[in-house]
Amino acid sequence: MSGMHRNRIEKKLDKRRISFQRIVQLISAAVLNGYVMGFAKGGIFTGASKAVCVPVLNCYSCPGALGACPIGALQTALGTRHHFPFYVLGLLMLFGIVSGRLVCGLCCPFGLVQDLIHKIPTPKWVVPKSFDRAARMLKYVMLFVVVVLLSVFAAAGTGVAPPYFCKYICPAGTLGGGIPLMAANPALRELLGVLFDWKVLVLAVILAACLFIHRPFCRYLCPLGAFYSLFNRFSFYQMYLDREKCTGCKECERLCPMAVELTKDINNLECIRCGKCKSSCPAQAISWGFGRH
Amino acid sequence: MQETKRTKTLFLIRWGILLVSILFLVIGIAKQEYLEVLQKAVKICLECIGIG
Repeated sequence: MSGMHRNRIEKKLDKRRISFQRIVQLISAAVLNGYVMGFAKGGIFTGASKAVCVPVLNCYSCPGALGACPIGALQTALGTRHHFPFYVLGLLMLFGIVSGRLVCGLCCPFGLVQDLIHKIPTPKWVVPKSFDRAARMLKYVMLFVVVVLLSVFAAAGTGVAPPYFCKYICPAGTLGGGIPLMAANPALRELLGVLFDWKVLVLAVILAACLFIHRPFCRYLCPLGAFYSLFNRFSFYQMYLDREKCTGCKECERLCPMAVELTKDINNLECIRCGKCKSSCPAQAISWGFGRH
Repeated sequence: MQETKRTKTLFLIRWGILLVSILFLVIGIAKQEYLEVLQKAVKICLECIGIG
């Protein structure tokens, strides 16, 4: 789709108060979780498409999931099979180098949930910069320590490491997989215990935080976002700021869900490329696209 | 001059990572690692949903 054509569509959608980002997010969530029968039956999809990892955090135990979760698959390769994960890592690097964190902004179902909850009118918090900067490092700890190192070195007595991130933290698994399966499958409900309570608590805290902070999970905890962020500066898909057009009003920074200082660094590691800055810029100084330089 | 050098470096990194990722993917497919992913993904992951 040409840039001009896309701009025209975006403007039309803005008039109807539904953004280009929201449309893509909704389509993505529906396509990634398109196995509707699973929700009714309390089971999961078992077709061949589950051999392919989707680019976003979407639990493969969600009743509707048609693909595999890349973080779950990565932990399985490292912790169960104990080999270098060529296939999963190759896919993740491919997604990363093509788009950077674009998939976080436009395709992640859990990102959509966070965006929608943040729309509820409550006082919004501005996280103090010093705390915010340190807390953002936590997602790299999630990636390198919880997902990679624990999977490699912290195998249980059986020699198999459980997927620690999925087991103790992942709120997308609880929301997309745990709760719908428990609701529809009485046999699974009988197995409920402390772990499920813990996971629901983690989910509740994150969803509550969404009321006050925009995308707290993406900012502070998501290991997949941490991985893609490493590609933001090099990816083929880039954000561009025309410094000659920019008036320095900082409207883009005020609206940025990730609180990025866009006028200083438009391809910052934290940018999820949701496009809010682009559509809000009164001078139309921000653009995006593939490989201009 | 410096801008040209930066662009060249960016070009090399970008295409280098793309090639490595495709190489990894091809090796992974040749080793049938996708079957491991499939095997895990078609069973309910008890840990993921808060049971196991």
